[in-house]
Amino acid sequence: MHGVVDVKDHAAKSSETPSGPLLQVRDLTVEFATRRGIVTAVSKVDLTLGKGETLGIVGESGSGKSVTSYTVMRILDRAGRIAEGSITFSGIDVAHAPESEMRDLRGREMSMIFQNPRAALNPIRTVGAQIGDVLLQHVQADPRNVKHKVIDILKQVRIARPEDRYHAYPFELSGGMCQRIVIALALACRPQLMIADEPTTGLDVTTQKAVMDLVTELTRERGMSTILITHDLGLAAAYCDTVMVMEKGKVVETAPAERIFRDPQHPYTRKLMRATPRPGITLKDLLPEGEVSAAASTVSTPVASAGEPLLTVENLVREYPRQGAPSAFLAKLKGKTLTQEETIFRAVDGISFEVKRGESVGLVGESGCGKSTTSTMVMRLIDPTAGKITFAGEDIGAIPAKDFAHHPMRKRIQMVFQDPTESLNPRYTAARAIADPLLRMGGYSGGAKLNARVAELAEMVGLPQNLLERFPHQLSGGQKARIGIARAIALDPDLVILDEPTAALDVSVQAVVLNLLEELKQRLGMSYLFVSHDLHVVGLLCDRVIVMRQGRIVEEGTAQAVLEAPKDAYTRELIAAIPHPPV
Amino acid sequence: MLKLLGSRLATAVPSLIGVVIVTFLLTRVLPGDTAAYFAGPAATPQAIAEIRTKLGLDKPLPVQFADYVSALAKGDLGSSLSTGQPVATEIAARLPASAELTLAGLVLALLIAVPFGIMAAVRQGSWIDHACRIITTAGVSLPVFFTGLLLVYVFYFKLGWAPAPLGRLDVFFSAPETVTGFYLIDSLIARDFETFRAALAQLAVPAITLAIFALAPIARMTRASMLAVLSSEFVRTAKAAGLTDYTVIITYAFRNAMLPVVTTLGMVFSFLLGANVLVEKVFAWPGIGSYAVEALITSDYAPVQGFVLAMAILYVILNLLIDLAYGIIDPRARSEA
Repeated sequence: MHGVVDVKDHAAKSSETPSGPLLQVRDLTVEFATRRGIVTAVSKVDLTLGKGETLGIVGESGSGKSVTSYTVMRILDRAGRIAEGSITFSGIDVAHAPESEMRDLRGREMSMIFQNPRAALNPIRTVGAQIGDVLLQHVQADPRNVKHKVIDILKQVRIARPEDRYHAYPFELSGGMCQRIVIALALACRPQLMIADEPTTGLDVTTQKAVMDLVTELTRERGMSTILITHDLGLAAAYCDTVMVMEKGKVVETAPAERIFRDPQHPYTRKLMRATPRPGITLKDLLPEGEVSAAASTVSTPVASAGEPLLTVENLVREYPRQGAPSAFLAKLKGKTLTQEETIFRAVDGISFEVKRGESVGLVGESGCGKSTTSTMVMRLIDPTAGKITFAGEDIGAIPAKDFAHHPMRKRIQMVFQDPTESLNPRYTAARAIADPLLRMGGYSGGAKLNARVAELAEMVGLPQNLLERFPHQLSGGQKARIGIARAIALDPDLVILDEPTAALDVSVQAVVLNLLEELKQRLGMSYLFVSHDLHVVGLLCDRVIVMRQGRIVEEGTAQAVLEAPKDAYTRELIAAIPHPPV
Repeated sequence: MLKLLGSRLATAVPSLIGVVIVTFLLTRVLPGDTAAYFAGPAATPQAIAEIRTKLGLDKPLPVQFADYVSALAKGDLGSSLSTGQPVATEIAARLPASAELTLAGLVLALLIAVPFGIMAAVRQGSWIDHACRIITTAGVSLPVFFTGLLLVYVFYFKLGWAPAPLGRLDVFFSAPETVTGFYLIDSLIARDFETFRAALAQLAVPAITLAIFALAPIARMTRASMLAVLSSEFVRTAKAAGLTDYTVIITYAFRNAMLPVVTTLGMVFSFLLGANVLVEKVFAWPGIGSYAVEALITSDYAPVQGFVLAMAILYVILNLLIDLAYGIIDPRARSEA
């Protein structure tokens, strides 16, 4: 990557373009050397970004949006190289600048904030020291005043108690707070360009809003240019002037944010827009125009009639010992007893709800609200501290979690997991994964009967038969999600717990999977308990919605009522935090 | 931190009790009759029986064990039959010799293997990466007694750079006053630099022998864990913030990569204790390994039991130190305590 630099040439360039665009990318093609030969990740990308402008790059996984931004900063890994084209950043030829010059630019003139803030920070260095490193590197501080300056920056990104947080390690901070630290790191030297690579993926909607508002405010007041890379069209539209849509390494459309929503030109942009969950639509509206009729025809009349309760949860409580709680032993030595508040944390705090036969109920809330703990207890993987879980007339809450795996009721409750990749055994083929519950609990023992059932299930979830012999790493995210669903419905369960089944999927795949789930529910008459943080998605699939906060139910009602006329202030806050495309 | 130390020490107690029981039983089931061995080849059955009674070997096993444990509780490890010396004294005298040699080998291996592993990871696929692989593979493939003999042949016999491989100190020097039992440290404390040089000269070749053996696991582990850390997201953040290669590699990557290396170190140390037995033989090193081997051959129970117990305690202490090192490097380990 070390190019030959012509000092005179680039000195001339930087003096002659003081008023030109800050960043200009022309015909950029990036290639990666892989074992299977050279792969073009980005081809012929053009991009112009003026001072103070905000550009959103939108695309699904594999669209080349991240590679483009890494190339601008020249932090591609060694397998990647710029095959063609030019990148000019405030008059500097990024493709050919020497590494030392690039290093000075990074962090000082252009910086980046990353997805997954906790992993983006050094886990064993205090956050203050990490910000200090950047300041010292770019001579924005000297060892005597560095701490003072870091605390100043922490204040700017609204970190409460910055003097204490200076000494905190990333693991001691929440996800939202870690992202503020990453932002502090990126803004420490007041760069001219900031690239935000999926800065809020994995954060709760309210945290996402807080983080994005902070970024917007800080970049605006400093006159910085921003590139926001995201898969979420709504987010890009809400925060960017211009939106650039990428697909498979190519730019398919670039237009002002408002226009791209009003009048999308490219079919891919239209497809993405349709697939984005938004208020006032049905599941069918998510699918591309052509596919709607085909999907609609497969929907048959509901098998079971709603009414009879299938699952009843009463006053369910789950307590955990509070982490870092003062030790009871030490307290006794000091002659005082600890209150329950100090030692016990209630993840689920006395909730009651009901799921009827054939009904789908959404359990919504932000991370830590107790929704996953609740679903895990219903699944009987952990024991409740108190309360009753009645399933199909039987008190399954009384069966110890360790015995439930062998209980006849077990096959009537199934689960679809959040991460379609992590939840599959990498050494099992698709067919073997689907066959697993049949072999364990379905009374099958291999042979033609099993194969026929697996083939039938694959057909039901729309997984092509020729993919059945493949391993997870040979399948796409959507295909793996289908395997997860096929496995869950294999034993004809009455209740399927869906734990954020689409959170790891691209929006267009999510649209298809949500429709598939709805269709299967209609066909098989199952009930769903849908756990999610995304109110829009829940609203599309569910009849009723339960909103949880800090272990309690704050609101419950039909999906339409909760989404359109939320009664609780917290629900309103949640809905308001979801970025809306301007349509 | 103190709490962590306490709990770790407490968990070590059951394993030490286990070691006491198992070594006692193992030495008893080993083939070979101690009494017959000491009575000599020409002894009559009566003489052997007499010796057996004298040694207490005719008592039932539980009684023997009770005797052993009650003596152990008083700090008495018994006496060696062949030398007549108390085992505790012998081990106390010989353990520092072994420890000095093993630690010297380990430190030497670390000084070479860690930078080597880092460079191999940073310049993955370059000549230095290949050199690292070849040297470490060669080092671990050669048995220590062979490398030991080869080094003696080259450095003592052919080149004459090293002194004769006969123990810890040349005969013309007297051992420094015992403070730690480590000649290198004791001679420095006594400000006897001549003795220091002589001890160092004696130590060099056996320590290199051990170091060559220990190179491979440490270098490989450093390389693998550096590679993993270098491709992690926080290293990318550090690069995107424009930090220099040195800061990225040392402050950000290496400190994180050290965690698995420290864990490996514990295992390497125990391998080295095993390899030590052979090295001590080759270099006539008056260590604990050669002492134990001789005792084992003569079915001399007390030294063998003493040796195993000493090793077990050493290993417990070592693991404690590793846990402490972990706590120093990784704040997450600290907060768990």
